[in-house]
Amino acid sequence: MQNNLLKIKNLNKIYHSIDKELYALKDISFNVKENEFISIVGPSGCGKSTILSIISNMIPKTSGTIEFSIKNPRIGYMLQEDALFSWRTVLDNACLGLEIKKELNKKTKNKVIKLLKKYGLNDFIYSYPNSLSGGLKQRVALIRTLALNPDILLLDEPFSALDYQTRLALSDDLKNIITNEKKTTIMVTHDIAEAISMSDKVIILTKRPGTIKKVIEINLDKKGNPTENRKDKYFAKYYETIWKELDHHV
Amino acid sequence: MYSKEHKKYLKRIKKEKVIVTFFRIFIIIFFITMWEVLARNEIINPFLTSSPKKVIETIIELYKQNNLFKHIWTTLYETIISFSIASIIGIITASILWSNNTISKILDPYLTVLNSLPKVSLGPLIIIWIGANTNSIVFMTLLITVFTAIINTYTAFINTDNKKIILLKTFGASKIQIFTKLVLRGNTKALVNTLKICISLSLIGVIMGELLVSKKGLGYLITYGSQVFNLNLVITSIFILGIMSYLLYLMIDLLEKKINK
Repeated sequence: MQNNLLKIKNLNKIYHSIDKELYALKDISFNVKENEFISIVGPSGCGKSTILSIISNMIPKTSGTIEFSIKNPRIGYMLQEDALFSWRTVLDNACLGLEIKKELNKKTKNKVIKLLKKYGLNDFIYSYPNSLSGGLKQRVALIRTLALNPDILLLDEPFSALDYQTRLALSDDLKNIITNEKKTTIMVTHDIAEAISMSDKVIILTKRPGTIKKVIEINLDKKGNPTENRKDKYFAKYYETIWKELDHHV
Repeated sequence: MYSKEHKKYLKRIKKEKVIVTFFRIFIIIFFITMWEVLARNEIINPFLTSSPKKVIETIIELYKQNNLFKHIWTTLYETIISFSIASIIGIITASILWSNNTISKILDPYLTVLNSLPKVSLGPLIIIWIGANTNSIVFMTLLITVFTAIINTYTAFINTDNKKIILLKTFGASKIQIFTKLVLRGNTKALVNTLKICISLSLIGVIMGELLVSKKGLGYLITYGSQVFNLNLVITSIFILGIMSYLLYLMIDLLEKKINK
């Protein structure tokens, strides 16, 4: 039995603006085990990303508790867009987080170089981002996040800016990297297939204010990489279940 | 080796470059020749239009009187001093406005009014306050340049890519880190453009100032020349001024290329 790395209890979030207040999240509670891959799906605007922003302390919560089982957890937050700095080389981009946290030294830099080499960026270490394809850029963004050696990875629609093929290829890559590096992960996505093919558990949110509608454990027949998982015999069944649970509005 | 098509392509690019260079040179030579010919044959009145030959003679004469570089230097010196001070104040003020939203909201209407006020109208006042000297020229130039510097720099700063700011925040970056790693570095292009605007404004300011008060400088030469009906002197000064402003512009262009390397 794995330990819970993160416990979220009765999380609420209200956004304030002059003409109204917006109930974004209501009574969200769930646990994340070590090395677990959790996906959060839900209709757009349901507050999926807000959960990640609150976990990473980017925005304050309104009420509720967020508890890590370890002290000073290191959080790696990967955004939808790569947001690479065009005036920095791939290596300097990948080191950005370390630089900001003032942890950049020979040892950590070497580790970043190793990661870049290991994950197919060997020829691009000293290139500038504009010479990279969308998929490679996103890979650099992932390594930039991993460079901080996070205890938990938060992925906010990491593939949505990519075309379909790159998306499939990169989700294999990403899952592979995350499994290799033994990272606990929470991913927000609006793509049901992506969620099923990558995760151990899928949390379905209702439309705003986001509450947890259902948590579905994914137990595929044979677990492989995400592309293989899409062909699994139980895949369609999970897809249908989640599809039905989601609030649809056109 | 390149393919035939690629060679053709390179040839076409080269050809275009030759054409551009040729016509650039051709236009200036044509203009100067026409000017000289028309003036010499008195088709245009050389007293009013001067002529290339007279311009060169005037330059040589100024040089012989030890006046040429004195006047050029005065204008250049005033321009560079005003430009530097205005740029520094501009960037520092814009940084403060960027870092503090409340201050920027408070100052916004004042900046707008000060920026749109024709500062030349303050000329007489400045002369009475400071006196008819270099200081008042620099001060007036500063007034002309600094608000544009502030507003342009600030606009560049607040248009920084928000996604990149969020990214830095996910790393827990401080405001100073966001400023140095992203806002300043990510906007060099806009900053250089602001510098280009500032250098022209500074030159405008200095010439305006010299027209009003000074006893030396190219602006002074222009006023003096027009007062004694020596239009050769006026046109020569304008000619030198044109070259000077082009060189100043090139200097900033060079800076830009160095940064982008």
